[in-house]
Amino acid sequence: MTTSLADVAASGATLRAFLHGLPGVDRVGADQRAATLGTRSIKTTAKSTAIDLAISMVDLTTLEGADTAGKVRAMCTKAVRPGGDAPDVAPHVAAVCVYPDLVAVAAEAVRGSGVKVASVATAFPSGRSSLEVKVSETALAVAAGADEIDMVIDRGAFLSGDYLKVHEEIVAVKAACGAAHLKVILETGELATYDNVRRASWLAMLAGADFIKTSTGKVSPAATLPVTLIMLEAVRDFRAATGRQVGVKPAGGIRTTKDAIKNLVLVNETAGEDWLTPEWFRLGASSLLNDLLVQRQKLTTGRYAGPDYFTLD
Amino acid sequence: MAIFEYAPAPESRDVVDIKPSYGLFINGEFTDGSGPSFKTVDPATEEPLAEIAAATSDDVDRAVQAARKAFGVWSALPGVERAKYLFRIARIIQERARELAVLESIDNGKPIRESRDVDLPLVAAHFFYYAGWADKLEYAGFGTKPLGVAGQVIPWNFPLLMLAWKVAPALACGNTVVLKPAETTPLTALLFAEICRQADLPPGVVNIVTGAGDTGAAVVAHPDVDKVAFTGSTDVGRIIARAVAGTDKRLTLELGGKAANIVFEDAAVDQAVEGIVNGIFFNQGHVCCAGSRLLVQESIKDDLLAALKRRMGTLRVGDPLDKNTDIGAINSAEQLARIRELSEIGEAEGAERWSPACELPERGYWFPPTVFTGVAQSHTIARDEIFGPVLSVLTFRTPAEAVEKANNTPYGLSAGIWTEKGSRILWMADKLRAGVVWANTFNKFDPTSPFGGYKESGYGREGGLHGLEAYLDG
Repeated sequence: MTTSLADVAASGATLRAFLHGLPGVDRVGADQRAATLGTRSIKTTAKSTAIDLAISMVDLTTLEGADTAGKVRAMCTKAVRPGGDAPDVAPHVAAVCVYPDLVAVAAEAVRGSGVKVASVATAFPSGRSSLEVKVSETALAVAAGADEIDMVIDRGAFLSGDYLKVHEEIVAVKAACGAAHLKVILETGELATYDNVRRASWLAMLAGADFIKTSTGKVSPAATLPVTLIMLEAVRDFRAATGRQVGVKPAGGIRTTKDAIKNLVLVNETAGEDWLTPEWFRLGASSLLNDLLVQRQKLTTGRYAGPDYFTLD
Repeated sequence: MAIFEYAPAPESRDVVDIKPSYGLFINGEFTDGSGPSFKTVDPATEEPLAEIAAATSDDVDRAVQAARKAFGVWSALPGVERAKYLFRIARIIQERARELAVLESIDNGKPIRESRDVDLPLVAAHFFYYAGWADKLEYAGFGTKPLGVAGQVIPWNFPLLMLAWKVAPALACGNTVVLKPAETTPLTALLFAEICRQADLPPGVVNIVTGAGDTGAAVVAHPDVDKVAFTGSTDVGRIIARAVAGTDKRLTLELGGKAANIVFEDAAVDQAVEGIVNGIFFNQGHVCCAGSRLLVQESIKDDLLAALKRRMGTLRVGDPLDKNTDIGAINSAEQLARIRELSEIGEAEGAERWSPACELPERGYWFPPTVFTGVAQSHTIARDEIFGPVLSVLTFRTPAEAVEKANNTPYGLSAGIWTEKGSRILWMADKLRAGVVWANTFNKFDPTSPFGGYKESGYGREGGLHGLEAYLDG
């Protein structure tokens, strides 16, 4: 790298030169690599390890206009004790993820459990508002007790080449986060190309993101395996270049245990096992959790139980 | 202990039924061979798998006579009828794909992931493809008259796939065949014989004679063979060319290679690393078109090598039947000895050898994925085909130098180019003397694409429309 990384964001021109100087991503090759890793056969003890790991990495999410305090409390109960009263206790999930106005409710509900509270902010999901609004929304969520902020980038600015604007927004939101961890949502479904995914990943990391996250879950495609692969390569390379480790969170479209395990295989064989903890890898999902519990019970008992044996909160 | 250790995930052996002994397949029947039988061995365990009949020149003569007799019937069938048999064979191969894949991995040592996801789909695709040509030969431009009896000798690296490359076009064009599989990997060819019976293929259209070099020599030398097709080493190819010289036999040879995989500084690095790995470690490097010479632009050498080594550290070497195995067993003790010998020469000549930490099983034939850096064109490991998981890394400064080094080899089977610049791909492809040039990928095969070599890599093309030419009397 010709420019020292600290100076990269000195101007729009240097930032652009740096991001455009990153190695390209060949779509065919990236798709093929992700597909090949998807054929890994994870059975017996490995599957059991993977399922508990995946449960512990879930950011259990509800992001609906119809969300209420009751709905959020119910979800938090599930987040703290996903397996309910089963004797072989499943781990709690990593975090619950809600809109800012419900952070206080969630924080109260998970207090003392080890489950973190994450909140989307910054005019989620479109990101179409002023920086002032984004910063104050972030501050609001943090004040209400959010441990983690999931912000969206301004895709319009990114796609029009105004990387500096995206960078400045992330820096500002990061400052507003204080001690809270910042996850930066790239919304890769709107960035469209893998080159853009790599550039946006580096842009977010350079601006101080603690995590980079694929999607809002409101745009299709959301977290595809190749996109997660490229982001994992980015955090791996970023740590090699700077020494700072950044987490990855695929979100949206991960519904089955199989999907979750494929993601863990990607982590294991791309970024490496340093990322195989809830501290550095999350799965943004809602319905995934019950499938993980179904498969977990199947491994223990050898039988599938009906859907009514798994709680719907 | 790693956080996420993959538990063994072995594919079941129960789908295959390996008989204690196998005969020759002549005129639609399994018959005894007259030579001293030999054993085929599981290279992953060194356990003998079955006793295999060896065909003498008398046996080969019986096979050629059967093929000659069947040629009358088979060549007289309308193309559309021959197509039906080929389509039927293709479908049976798909139906029995798991059985064939497991058997291939047991006999050859290649990982089940590859036999399942690469070999078998390509085998079926090859039969489907040439089945489609059988009734359309008049549009191909090579005439419609078959040659007669084809004598075909195939190697051990892709036993069933090489069979498909040879048998499918021959049959589609109306020829009959006498095929000799490699002595270390005869089992899938013999299962294919069973499939021919299952498809009700007329007796004698496909004959399979097992044995070692003598059997192959008898097939090649038989006076009533009209066409010889060989895939294997350049040394044996030379012997065959000599044996066929002066006769009216047609000959195609698909021989060795020492392909350059050329990575430019503007390449998509992560995919290039995958391409390098796939180029040399696919099928344990037992690939004639393997990208065994990595030519990397000097400006990115250190970063690329670091990335390559990191990636090599994730390769899983071991039980070929484990679904998570990336690199299986070396096919034979003989081949393992050759790989070791050439690697030792590499070290002795001053190249730097590196392999990731990997535990190899105690029994069986194993060689770790290996990379040699600091290699120059004049090193033996940059010139001789190693045919194993051993990569030689060289550097270049300019596109012209890359072309010069890539072409500076007695071989010319394949090459790879990694760059994000389309115009450079075209410029390079135009100048590389190699039968196949892959751009931003490597080791990609398709039945519609012709495959074959320049220079000491052989002559003639297999696959695609061009592949018909070798089996038609135009």
